[in-house]
Amino acid sequence: MFIQIKNLKKKFNDSFAVNGINFEIDKDRTLGLLGPNGCGKTTSIGMILGLIKPTSGEIIIDNKNLDTFKRDEILARINFASPYIELPKKLTVRQNLEVYSRLYGIKNRKERIDEISEDLNISDFFERKTGELSSGQKNRVSLAKSLINKPEILLLDEPTASLDPDIGDFVRSYIQNYRSKNKVTILLASHNMAEVERLCDSIIMMKNGKIIDRGTCKQIINKHGRNNLEETFLKLARSKSEF
Amino acid sequence: MNFNKVYALGLRHMYLISNSLPRIIDLIYWPTVQIFLWGFISKFFTLNSDYYSNTVGIILTAAILYDFLFRVSISFNMMFLEEIWSRNFTNLFIAPIKISEIVASLTFTAILRALIGMVPAAIIAIPLFGVSVFKLGIPLLFLLLALYLFGITLGLLVTSGLLRFGPSFENIAWASLFFLAPLGCIYYPIEILPNSIQIIAKGLPLVHIFEEMRSILINGNVNYFDIIKSISISIVYFILGVIVFYVSFLGAKVRGTLINMGE
Repeated sequence: MFIQIKNLKKKFNDSFAVNGINFEIDKDRTLGLLGPNGCGKTTSIGMILGLIKPTSGEIIIDNKNLDTFKRDEILARINFASPYIELPKKLTVRQNLEVYSRLYGIKNRKERIDEISEDLNISDFFERKTGELSSGQKNRVSLAKSLINKPEILLLDEPTASLDPDIGDFVRSYIQNYRSKNKVTILLASHNMAEVERLCDSIIMMKNGKIIDRGTCKQIINKHGRNNLEETFLKLARSKSEF
Repeated sequence: MNFNKVYALGLRHMYLISNSLPRIIDLIYWPTVQIFLWGFISKFFTLNSDYYSNTVGIILTAAILYDFLFRVSISFNMMFLEEIWSRNFTNLFIAPIKISEIVASLTFTAILRALIGMVPAAIIAIPLFGVSVFKLGIPLLFLLLALYLFGITLGLLVTSGLLRFGPSFENIAWASLFFLAPLGCIYYPIEILPNSIQIIAKGLPLVHIFEEMRSILINGNVNYFDIIKSISISIVYFILGVIVFYVSFLGAKVRGTLINMGE
């Protein structure tokens, strides 16, 4: 297992945001993290990124406990994209990618930036300030930043939120192609069930800080006797029990 | 420490400044206004005060040095706040950069920002008021070093507050230096303060820096022991500031505020 999460807990004040979750991701596989708002997805991602200190439990990456990694060593192998964080608005796209390629210690910076800019169709607005871009353009620049270091582990938090169907499809296709050409393990948190079905090898469903179900999309849909993942999600999210 | 990463973070802030004419003007505008204001006040006092009659420009020199301290501290705070305002905070803290590299970058870049504003202002003061801060000679470098270290320390303490309390601590960032200014004896000798407050004031490097500045300009004496004392006190505060910053960072990880820090 490339990523192992063991009995992970995070308590804020008196309540558990994440309450004893366990899951594993094989190398180069994609795991979907589903659940209603406030179920603990972002907190879980924050703990894997080292931004949040767990109350208890273990995060093991490539057979090493996250606590034993040097912070910069593990972060060099990971990256993260989310529409809820942004790159500096007053810097041009080129300047932002240059700064982050330096922060990630990329050799052959120019080649890497050119390569990823071409792949994600961002060359046309390369010299424009990031804050002046449309949501779709910003999203692709954010994705470019998240792939600048060719991460072994990519954490994506709702990567296509607020995108129109065309750009959303472009991003999903890009992630699919990128995954097939590069060795990358992905943890994808999303509320877009079609996206999850398309991109994920397996999923876990969270509610109230706990994992309430897991398996492939097909297994979970069949288990709950629904027609698709969206209906299954609604059933699980609205049920009072925690399974 | 990886200096390429320190440079990268500094580059981010230099791009921010160079991309925006209003930001460049803002950096130069306030120190220049200070020079004009204190230049005229200084001129008035030198003509009407026995204490200042022998040496033109003590007040103006004090104003320039104080503004240097102010600019260093505010620059440090501003760069940290820029990351919060631009919602870049999470991107920064998930990049493979050590906390020491972040602190080093903010520390080095703060002096560049401060000098962009201060150098033109200090040069303007020479023809306009006949006052040159450079008359302090070699000791000027040591006094600036002590001020720089203390300015960075204040920046570290304020950014620690931002990590601990979030963006609402921003107002303290602006007010931080004014809390200490009365105790710093920037424009007046320490004897003006009540005895009990003098004891507290002597614990700050500012008193020693500005007392030494007046001593050099009025008496022409350079007391290197006092200069070393001011630098030493600044170093102690700087180390304390770094420790507080690290503790605040670890505290922010426990509270989970790093992941959603923003306006």
